[in-house]
Amino acid sequence: VIPSLLMVAAMASVPEGVAHEITVPDAVFEHITDSREVEFQLPLVDRKISFTAPEWKVTIAGHELDLSITKHVLWLFVATILLALSLWSATRKRPADLVAAGVAPNMAEALTLYIRDEIAVKSIGEHDADRYTPYLATAFFFVLYCALIGLLPWASTVTGNLSVTATLAALTFVVTQAAGMRSQGFVGYWLHLVPAGVPWWLYPIMIPVELMGLLAKPFALCIRLFANMIAGHIVFFFLLGLIFLLGSIWVAPVSVAFAFAIYLLEIFVALIQAYIFTMLSALFIGMAAHPH
Amino acid sequence: VGNSALAFLGAGIGAGLAVLGAGLGIGRLAASAADATGRQPSATGDIRTTMIIAAALVEGVALFAIVICLLLTLKA
Repeated sequence: VIPSLLMVAAMASVPEGVAHEITVPDAVFEHITDSREVEFQLPLVDRKISFTAPEWKVTIAGHELDLSITKHVLWLFVATILLALSLWSATRKRPADLVAAGVAPNMAEALTLYIRDEIAVKSIGEHDADRYTPYLATAFFFVLYCALIGLLPWASTVTGNLSVTATLAALTFVVTQAAGMRSQGFVGYWLHLVPAGVPWWLYPIMIPVELMGLLAKPFALCIRLFANMIAGHIVFFFLLGLIFLLGSIWVAPVSVAFAFAIYLLEIFVALIQAYIFTMLSALFIGMAAHPH
Repeated sequence: VGNSALAFLGAGIGAGLAVLGAGLGIGRLAASAADATGRQPSATGDIRTTMIIAAALVEGVALFAIVICLLLTLKA
């Protein structure tokens, strides 16, 4: 503990004499947006421990890519490691146990079973459900962990970053297309893009519409998760910011009570959004695999 | 009235309209779901699943509008 405390003290850089006013919206958006600066506000004192991650730029084929480890990347790593470790230890095979024993294995089993029986089987069908359950369970637990970790003080919500949700949506898109091509064949899938029974003269309209529909699904998936994750945090911080905007300490009890209610709601939202992301992914996969 | 004032005004009206639409939509959805559950209590689970999916779709459209409003205020 002592070496880590010393390290923290060494990293602590107190910006003295930097007395520029920051407005409430600035403070809120600073919390939500990604940056190379990782900050830990110390409780009860007006001090921050902050360190700036090194810049790391890579040039590939003339394009400069910024691969710096930012705040969100740091918490992405934390979420991934926690997810892998906790689920690995919960689902490890113990030869002595015939059934799951203990709280964590039972929770993991219950959630995974729920994803298979209530989400995958109902949207994709008995026959193919087991093939897509691993992806759906991964997406569910990842979204859930990211949202819950984002609720901890000091942490930041990884799924409140458009790049992360876009990647998740792109993964669902790839799995959806693969499922469609797998069940109907490559040619058959693209030939059945337009539903059967549509008159041929509608094809010039129907083909662009169906192609747009194909892309709109992951787009909606990406924006929904992003907006939901960010909306709660914005509301939470603006409720607390009301104290500073109105400039009175008597606002504080009301603000803090409402912010606490929003915080509890956010825990619920984390579960609901993980469920919705998984459910909609399963629905899209099912729609692509069984076109009727 | 300057350009940025108009942008803020637009964002405010837009956010209000989006919330109105989404509220009406999800409210009707919840009312119908409650009605259906009352008529057929054995189908509660299925009704809830259908309701959550539809609510997510309504909410997704409303969130598109909110993102546009947010962009309006940020770019103004």
